[in-house]
Amino acid sequence: MSTIAAVRRTSPRTAVLRAEARLFRREAGTLFWMLGFPPLLLVILGSIRSFRKFDAGLGMRVIDVYVPTLVLVALIVTGLQAMPPVITGYRERGILRRMSLTPVRPSALLTAQMGLNGAAGVLSALVCLTIGRLAFDVQLPKQAVGYALAFLLTVTAALALGALISALAPTARLATGIGMVVFFPCLFSAGLWAPVQSMPHTLREIVVLLPFGAASQALEQAAAGHWPAWSHLGVLTAWAVVLTAAAARWFRWE
Amino acid sequence: MPGLSRRAMWAPYAVREALGMTSTSPIVEVSNLRKAYGVRTVVDEVSFSVDEGEIFGILGPNGAGKTTTVECVEGLRVPDGGRVRVAGLDPVADHAAVTQVLGAQLQESELQAKLTVREALELYAALYPNPADWRPLAERLGLTGRLNTRFGVLSGGQKQRLFIALALIGNPRVVVLDELTTGLDPRARRDTWEIVEDVRDRGVTVLLVTHFMEEAQRLCDRIALIDKGRITALDTPQGLISRTAGSTIISFTPSAPLDDADVAALPALASVENKDGRITLGGSDETVTALLSLLARHRITAHQLRVTDATLDDAFLDLTGATQ
Repeated sequence: MSTIAAVRRTSPRTAVLRAEARLFRREAGTLFWMLGFPPLLLVILGSIRSFRKFDAGLGMRVIDVYVPTLVLVALIVTGLQAMPPVITGYRERGILRRMSLTPVRPSALLTAQMGLNGAAGVLSALVCLTIGRLAFDVQLPKQAVGYALAFLLTVTAALALGALISALAPTARLATGIGMVVFFPCLFSAGLWAPVQSMPHTLREIVVLLPFGAASQALEQAAAGHWPAWSHLGVLTAWAVVLTAAAARWFRWE
Repeated sequence: MPGLSRRAMWAPYAVREALGMTSTSPIVEVSNLRKAYGVRTVVDEVSFSVDEGEIFGILGPNGAGKTTTVECVEGLRVPDGGRVRVAGLDPVADHAAVTQVLGAQLQESELQAKLTVREALELYAALYPNPADWRPLAERLGLTGRLNTRFGVLSGGQKQRLFIALALIGNPRVVVLDELTTGLDPRARRDTWEIVEDVRDRGVTVLLVTHFMEEAQRLCDRIALIDKGRITALDTPQGLISRTAGSTIISFTPSAPLDDADVAALPALASVENKDGRITLGGSDETVTALLSLLARHRITAHQLRVTDATLDDAFLDLTGATQ
């Protein structure tokens, strides 16, 4: 309000973000899942000797395919596993309500949570890219702009899906449960069990219509130096828009 | 010097008004408030006004509509009808402005479990344009030794004291305290009462929601009694008690049997109960005087004679019709 206050005090939204960041760092278990699990999985997969050999069927090494997949796993874990129980818990335990009695809107808590989880997902993805490059000689994405674009769309879709789960789940426990149910199809469509390219034709047609299926294809194309197909980017954009709209439509503050 | 006299007349008033210290207009005004959830009307034509500097109680049984009423005052709920004003502001339309004059402790709300007391105080202070210094506030509320304790491991009383601190941290003119002492042990409850009185003594108006008679009787300057969504009485605690039939309770064990007709003829008698020879009468001071002369006339001794004032409890049961 007053200029004096603005100069000497941190803004309310910054204060909320700072407090949430502090709390975020106190959740060791969640931090491991977000930052430790995807790189660890990459290291395990990379340790399998045959994954480091050229695969004629794929036209590249298996580990080359797994790096984009684990980038997606990092985003899926943060968006679907880590964030929804926190936000739903804030609503369930009246924390959002308490904040709505202050001059700051409780949406500050949501944006802080989305920002922090988004940042953790990005960091975890960057760690995966770095490990892939340094340990397993996986090329960095050749079409960097296309990769970044597909990546950002995927971050948006993952956070929006998480926000939608937070919106629909009445309790933090259910948010975890719903997150789990959505988690595995997302991992599957990202190609964690089998690379999307090696899936049977019909299955593949379906998977590339899912957000993480389209994302895995877009990231792979960009990694190989091509501009991602507009169909994949279109699918990703559509999911990001629809999921965001649905989360905004159904989110309740109490 | 007309200019000087005008200034002398008006300047202090203007200053007091600017500081919100005038008593000419109430700080909270609720008129004909209505709120329904679906077809169930929970608040029905509720009207009251809270003057600056008082502790105003909203008393009623569970589910009477107390919390919904104050949630409309806080701007957390949109009324279906009627008018609510806090310092002249509409809590829904002017929500941002209202949050700066009104602080509140909610009946069921928590903080992030791993947030420490210090972090909570610092965070909430940062949300207000002109916050109170949280250090003396924490000291007044006995939280100084708990600053590094996480919210999740605080005791019930400590949590409530922290919520009182958070309600006061924006330097509000009025605070709403909803079921503040529910779940606290008697010791913590009494400590909390002292804190509430201290808050009022510092010039903050208190709107207190409770279902504890003792709490209302001890703290409130005025009480609105709410039952089934309606105000059934609005008075000072003493006024509510004296308006009850049988505000004086007389009990004794007579040395010889009393004639029922003589007892029934006592003035201002509201109730008679005879249990194993011990008689309990509800009445007034007049009843006491008449009873004593009746006993003297018949040379009957009243053993273990006790004369007590009815409590708000009795008044409450009487006014809400909870007893026949």
